[in-house]
Amino acid sequence: MKITFSDGILTAFVQGEIDHHSAVGIRTEIDRRIQKDKPDILRLDYSNVTFMDSSGIGLIMGRYKLMSAYSGQIEVVNVPLNMARVVRLSGIEKLGKITVKES
Amino acid sequence: MNAINTMKLEIESRSVNESFSRVAVASFVSQLDPTIEELGDIKTAVSEAVTNSIVHGYKESKGKIYITASIFEDGKVQIKIRDKGCGIENITQAMEPLFTTSGGERAGLGFAVMESFMDKVKVSSKVGKGTTVVLEKKINGRFAKRW
Repeated sequence: MKITFSDGILTAFVQGEIDHHSAVGIRTEIDRRIQKDKPDILRLDYSNVTFMDSSGIGLIMGRYKLMSAYSGQIEVVNVPLNMARVVRLSGIEKLGKITVKES
Repeated sequence: MNAINTMKLEIESRSVNESFSRVAVASFVSQLDPTIEELGDIKTAVSEAVTNSIVHGYKESKGKIYITASIFEDGKVQIKIRDKGCGIENITQAMEPLFTTSGGERAGLGFAVMESFMDKVKVSSKVGKGTTVVLEKKINGRFAKRW
């Protein structure tokens, strides 16, 4: 997974499938970078996500909690249209610090 | 109505099998010529049910998950996902959106996703015996869409 850090923004380009199995490795990698770089904003880029179930929401919620502990914000961008339904269903956009852009 | 085709799958409750099981069911359903969206809905719902069996049904232990998929004449697909895990004490509560017993990394949306993506979701469970989830969806398919 490509992760970049500039101007206080940590961007994680999540790739492939997000399920309960794959989420473990993804969150470990992202959390390590959050703790190292202490970003103001964590941006999760979902443009290369090919499948996600509710674990993709759990991944956002867990990072939201961690970022809140650092007084940081979270953004989720480029959620593919066929996966945006899970996002909408979760109501996670109401958390305020989350912006979902459908690609 | 009788099923015109059926397949059965027995897998171990290992999280690596989540992806295998949803792809296997989607592959079986493909004979109905579903749309990409219909196939995505089925994959997502199966993934949720199988993950529930792994995470909640068997918790720290390992066991078998039994998946049966059937296709009916009218294009209906029925998928049964059964485990012999710990069972659910309160099904109504378990099916409430955002309810979870697993803390911060699980969204508590498994059943909400199943209900939203499938036409019908039936859950039966006995504490100490296991849980069965029955998912149903009518596949209209690409062929039907042309008319």
